[in-house]
Parts: sequence; structure tokens; C-alpha cells
Amino acid sequence: MRTSRTGRAGQYLALLAYLLFLAFPFLWLVSTAFKPPRELGSLHPTWIPKDPTLANFRQAFDEQPLLHAALNSLVAALGAALIAVLLATPMAYVMARRRTPLARAATGWVVVSQAFPLVLLIIPLFLVLKNLRLINSVPGLVMVYVVWALPFALWMLVGYVRAVPAELEEAAAVDGAGRLRTLVSVTAPLLAPGIVATALFAFVTAWNEFFFALVLLKTPEKQTLPVVLTHFIGAEGVADLGPLAAAAFLATLPSLVVFAVIQRRITGGMLAGAVKS
Amino acid sequence: MEHGAWFLVLPALIPILVLSVGPLLYGVLLAFTDAQSGRTQPTQWIGGLNFRDLLHDTLFWESFRIGLVWAVGVTVPQFLLALGLALLLNQDLRLRWLARALAIVPWAMPEVVVGVMWRLVYNPDAGILNETIRDLGLGDGRDWLSGLATALPAVIVVGIWAGMPTTTVALLAGLQNTPRELHEAAAVDGAGAWRRFRTVTWPAIRPVALSITALNLIWNFNSFALVYVLTSGGPGGRTRLPMLFAYEEAFRYGQFGYAAAMGCVMVAVISILLAVFLAGRLRGGDHA
Repeated sequence: MRTSRTGRAGQYLALLAYLLFLAFPFLWLVSTAFKPPRELGSLHPTWIPKDPTLANFRQAFDEQPLLHAALNSLVAALGAALIAVLLATPMAYVMARRRTPLARAATGWVVVSQAFPLVLLIIPLFLVLKNLRLINSVPGLVMVYVVWALPFALWMLVGYVRAVPAELEEAAAVDGAGRLRTLVSVTAPLLAPGIVATALFAFVTAWNEFFFALVLLKTPEKQTLPVVLTHFIGAEGVADLGPLAAAAFLATLPSLVVFAVIQRRITGGMLAGAVKS
Repeated sequence: MEHGAWFLVLPALIPILVLSVGPLLYGVLLAFTDAQSGRTQPTQWIGGLNFRDLLHDTLFWESFRIGLVWAVGVTVPQFLLALGLALLLNQDLRLRWLARALAIVPWAMPEVVVGVMWRLVYNPDAGILNETIRDLGLGDGRDWLSGLATALPAVIVVGIWAGMPTTTVALLAGLQNTPRELHEAAAVDGAGAWRRFRTVTWPAIRPVALSITALNLIWNFNSFALVYVLTSGGPGGRTRLPMLFAYEEAFRYGQFGYAAAMGCVMVAVISILLAVFLAGRLRGGDHA
């Protein structure tokens, strides 16, 4: 469609304004992370540090057990992602291929579970995990994350299974391939990219999660990165802003990298899902 | 269902039943008990006593009101902004791929980091917001997050920022459904941009717009981490969302039963509001 020259320029300007709005807080975080205390205390902070330094990063690692927290986060997120996908893929397959009442009930639950405030879920889980002695333990957190990740993992995977034509499976069956063989050698390879995307998405969500981790993990050596980050906040003097920014910057990097990898797939997946509905 | 199918379904179904459906029902039951943390006496049924107490708990209703202001205050502007961005990203602009990638960055960030980031922006001395205000000669700026009048608007802006990507991507998905030929035919007939939007684009994206708005309302009403990091509910409770209130009740004061009752009231009110919203929207369909 033809758009006038001024109209086009206006569109670029508007887009630029949006991108600035979305990007500036992050740029400010990066800028703060590399500023020496003297500049942080100055009344006229600048966008680009005059005297960039890595001291904030060193101080952040000295003040809080960041490496240990990152390790906890990694275990929780990897565990949650792998287990959730392992459990969800077979069920998603059934939900996508058959119209059973159970599949419909499961889809309904995926929607309903979104509406419940997490307090209503966390109080009973807290009591149950306490009885199982899984409070303040990373495996306990993984259990919670798996169940919490299952609804959207199912939702994403059902979309990916539907994208694999059932005719291909039928053709394999006609050629004499057994049910399991069909699944393993025909469906699985086509589904693999979708499974990886779902796992990565679950990984990022668990890596970023805060509420469950805050309630369930009590001692610093068990806590995940987001919880440890909040220890920097509080009675912060201007001097502590640097380490806070540095730690926050580091905690974001893994999510950003994973998101960059699956970005196309997420937008693409949501696009496909919307067309179906 | 045949045996094979059960075998495929059970691995996911059992954890969902045991760790999600079960606990939620258990949580609803707890609302009718005097359950407390660290108490030695056994928990007892107290019927609707928690709910009767809640009815007279002015602090809770104040928090509830703040929650509604926050949910609507975030959802509505966010929808309008995201719609504008989605329309732009749907155009054949150069560097569109880059803009699309950048637009979803807030989605990838941990909520805690988003909170930290905006604390740095709002910081009264070292923050970029006050610095910009000083540069423009508009005064000295202020302490946004601890001012009684500015705290809630300030956190609402962060809420809008944080949810932009999800809403934009959903609306963009809806836009891909718009029939292109119809758009071009309308343009040939001399329909202006606004008319084309009303008659061609909007009907096509309405279902997506409705569902993402409903979801955003729910998510925002139940949100926790952002405001916990930004203000922890302060100053003077001005930003204490219902989730923060219930969290403190349960895990600071140990009132499990009472907090569960709060959760039940939150679900009930949200369901009613959504039903009203969706019913109104679906009926108003012909005019929209």
C-alpha cells in the first residue's frame, strides 16, 4: 500500500520513540553498572560513564554469594525445563490429536489456572513441602516450577503438534510402521524444534521467577539469583547502586541470550496459535 | 480412551492433580480454618469467620481498591500503546526485524531486574529522570517512589513498560489475520486510515484484543514481584497490592487461614469483573 513520504517519516519517528521508551531503562542500568562511586554520587549523572570501571562487579561478588545463587538458579531452571517438557510432550500429543473430554478439561484447566492468585497456591504448597521437608531446598523449588510451567508448556506444545500433519503419521502407518516407530522416527524429528523452544521458554520463566523462590527458600546458600538480588536493595546509599546494577545486569544476560535464540519461534508460535483460534 | 493414550497422559496429569488442582482446593478449604504458622494446637474449622473479619478489614479493602486502580491503570494504557506499536511493526518498514526483536526485550528480563532498573531511573539523586528534569529546567525533580502522590503512578508506568511485549506480540498476531485484500479494496474506495482501521482491522483483531486484555487484567491484579521490589507496598501502603497484603499476612504474620480467605475473595471479585467485562464486550460487538 502506498503511504505518503511524510506519513512514512512519521511512522519511523513513532517507532523510534517506542524503541527509546523500551530501551532507555536498560541502557541506564548498563551505564550505572560501569560507573565509579564518584560519578554515581555526582549531582549530574551522565549517560556514558566518564571513567568506566569493573569495580562494581567485583564488589557485587564480594557482597553477596552471586555465583552460588547463579548455580541454584541454573539447577532450578534446567530441572524445571527438562522435566516439564518430558512430562508435557506426551500429553500435548494426545490433546492435539484426539478430542477426548480429558483433553478438553486439561485445556480448560490451563486457562483457569491463570486466574488464581499465587497466594492461594503457595500456602498449601508451603504446608505440603514443609511436611515433606522440602522447604528451603532447590529440589522442592523444582517440583513447584515444573507444575507451574506445565500449563503453558502444554499450550505451546499442542500448537507445535498440530503443525505436524497427521497425514504423515498415517502414511507411515500404512507403510507398516508400528505406533511407537511412527512417533520416534516421523513425529519426533518434526517436533524437535518446538520442544526445544518450549524448554527454553520454560527455562527463562523459571530463571526469572521470584515469588515462589522468595517464599520457599530461606537461607542465602539455597536462594536463587532474583532473591539474592533483593538483598542489595533496602537501605541503599548511592554508593551501593553500582554493585546493584552490576548484579542485575549479570542476572539478565542468560535470559537475554536464550530469548534472542527463540525470539523468532515465540512470535512465530504465538502467530500460529492465534490463527488457529 | 485406550491404554496407550492413558500412558501418555498420566505423567503430566498426576503432577497437575497433586501439585496444582489439589493445593488450590486445599487453599480454598484453608480459608475456612484458623490455620497459622508455627502453632502447636491443631487447626480448627471456623466457618465463615475469616470472611466476616475481612468484610470489616478496611486495610484490605483499601489494598483491594489500589489493586483495581493498578490493574486498570496498567492494562488500558498498555493496550493502546501496544496497539500502536503492533500497527507500526506490521508495516513494511526498514529494520522491522530489529524493531521486533528489541520490542520484546522487557519480556526476557526477570521482574526483579525490571524493578531494580526502574529504581535506578527513579532514584532521586543518581536517577536519569530527575537529571532530565533538571536539564530541562523544570525544577529539582522529586523522590518518585516515596512520595505519597507519585508512588502509585510511578509503579503503574513500570507495569505498563513491563507488559508491553506480551500485549504487542498478541496484537501483532491478530493483525496478521487481517485480510489484506479487504484493506486494499477499502483504500481504493477512498476510505481514510481511521475508517479502514474501524471497518477492516478492528473486527479482525477484536477476539485477540479481548483475550489479551482479559488476561492482562488478571495478571496485573495478581502481580507481586515488580511492586515488591519497587516500593514493597509503601509509602504508607499507597502501593500495597492485594498480593503483597496477602503475602505479608501469610508469611510475615503467619495467618495462613486469613490470607487464604483473601485469595478466595480476590478470585471471586476478579471472576465477576471479568464476566461483566466479557459479557459487555461480546454484546457490544455489533457497534465496535
